[in-house]
Amino acid sequence: MNRVTSYLKSLMLLELLAGLGLTFKYLWRPKYTVRYPMEHIPKSNRFRGLHALRRYPNGEERCIACKLCEAVCPALAITIDSAPREDGTRRTTRYDIDLFKCIFCGFCEESCPVDSIVETSIHEYHFEKRGENIVTKPQLLAIGDRFEKEIAAARAQDAAFR
Amino acid sequence: MDSITAAFHWFVSTFPTLSMALGLLLLPLVPLIIGVAMYVWWERKVIGWMHVRMGPNKVGPFGLAQTFADVFKLLLKEVVYPANSNKALFLLAPLWALIPSFAAWAVIPIGPNVAWSNANAGLLFLLAMTSMGVYGIIIAGWASNSRYAMLGAMRSAAQVVSYEIAMGFSLVSVLILAGSLNLSDIVQAQAGGKGLFDWFWLPLLPMFVIYFVSGVAETNRAPFDVAEGESEIVAGFHVEYSGAPFAVFFLTEYANMILVSFLAPILFLGGWLSPFPASWGLLGEPGWWWLCAKAFFFATAYVWFRASFPRYRYDQIMRLGWKVFIPITIVWVFVAGCMKYFGWVTTGA
Repeated sequence: MNRVTSYLKSLMLLELLAGLGLTFKYLWRPKYTVRYPMEHIPKSNRFRGLHALRRYPNGEERCIACKLCEAVCPALAITIDSAPREDGTRRTTRYDIDLFKCIFCGFCEESCPVDSIVETSIHEYHFEKRGENIVTKPQLLAIGDRFEKEIAAARAQDAAFR
Repeated sequence: MDSITAAFHWFVSTFPTLSMALGLLLLPLVPLIIGVAMYVWWERKVIGWMHVRMGPNKVGPFGLAQTFADVFKLLLKEVVYPANSNKALFLLAPLWALIPSFAAWAVIPIGPNVAWSNANAGLLFLLAMTSMGVYGIIIAGWASNSRYAMLGAMRSAAQVVSYEIAMGFSLVSVLILAGSLNLSDIVQAQAGGKGLFDWFWLPLLPMFVIYFVSGVAETNRAPFDVAEGESEIVAGFHVEYSGAPFAVFFLTEYANMILVSFLAPILFLGGWLSPFPASWGLLGEPGWWWLCAKAFFFATAYVWFRASFPRYRYDQIMRLGWKVFIPITIVWVFVAGCMKYFGWVTTGA
C-alpha cells in the first residue's frame, strides 16, 4: 500500500511543484547585488587603504623622521632617509612606500607618535607604469592635503578607543 | 541610400524568383534568430532573479544587447580544430544540427492556415526534422576525436531516442483526437464554445505533461542535461568546438527549445485560439499573440526548470523514459482511442 501511494504521489509531481513554487517565490525577492561602481557598501572609519602623510593646521608637516614606522613595517615596504632642515629640525628627505610590498596592516599608523603616516579609506586606485607602485613623500603629502578633512573625521571618531 | 534602394530594385527585378526565395527564407529566420538572442537574455535574467541576482544589466538597456555582444565575440574568435579530427565532419556537424531545427519551423502555423508550408503531414515532418538533429550531435562527438565529446554524444543520442518514443505516443494521442496530421487542423479541432476547456490538455492531461517533459529531455536541457555533464564530461559533444561552430550549436539548442515551446500550445493548448469564450470581445479573439503568449510561458518554464531542479542521474533518466513515460503513454493512447470512439470528446467548432 505504501509503495502504491508513494508511486501515485510521485506521479502527481507534488515535490517538483513545491520546488518550482520555491524558486517562483525567490524570483520576486529584492536582489542582493550591489551595482559596485555606482553603489558602495558602507565603509568602517578604521578602513585601511591608501597611505597619506598629514600636516599640522599651520602647514608644517607632522613627520619628524623617527623611523618607527620603517622599523615596525613587517613587509619592509617603507624607506626613510632623514637630514636636518635649515631651521635645525630633523625632517625626512625621502619617504617611500612600496604599495606592492605593503600588506595594509596599519602598524605604521599605530606606531606613529605624531599621527603623521595614516591609512585613508581610499581603495580605488591603479598604476599604469612600472615604478608607480612606489609612492614618494610629495605624493603622500598631496594625498594627505587633499583628504585631510576625511582623515581627521575618521581619527576623531576613533579617538575614544586609542 | 538611393544607390542601395536602386541596387535593391535592380536585384529584385533581375532575379525575381531568387529574391522571392531569399525573402521567404529570411522572413522566418531573422525573427527566429532575434528570438533566440532575446531568449538567451531572458534565461539569464530569470535564472538570475531566481538566484536573487540581477542577471545581465550592463550591455544596452536592461542588458538586452548582452547576447549580441556574446555572439559577435564568438564569431570573431578563432576556430580551433582538435588534432586528428576529421575537419569536414567537424564543420558539417553544427550545420547538420542547425538545418533540421530551422527546417522544422516551416510547418509551424501562427494562424489558421498561416504557415510557410501548410503540409498535410506536418506533424510527421516535424518528428522527422527533430530526429534528424541528433545526427549532428553524434557526428560532432565522433569527429571531435575526444572521449568526452564521444561520451556526451552517446548519452545525448540514447536520451533523445528514448524520449522520442514517449513523445511520439503523446503525439499519437493528439492525432487520434484531432484526426489529422495537419497542424492547422489540429488547432482547429480544439476550437469550441468553452474556450480553454475545449483544448486537448484536459482530456490528454498526462500526455501534455509527458510531451513537455520529453521535449525538455529531447533538447538536452536541465534537469536532463547529462549530455553536457560539466562535472564528468566537461561539456559533452561540443567540448572541442569554439568560435562560430560553437555559436551554431548554441543557436540550434535554443531554436529547438523555442520550437518545443511553440509545439506544446499548438498540440495541447489550442494554438492561436483564445482561452476566453468568443463573447468576451477583444479578449475572445483568436490571434497569433495568443500563440506567442503561450509559447512564452513554456519557454519560461524551461528556464524555471533549470533554476529549480538538480540534474538527473543518467540511469534515472533512462528509468523515467522507459519505465514510467512509455507505459503511461501506451495506456493513455488507448484511453484517447476510447474517448474518440465513444464520442466523449467533441472536436471542432
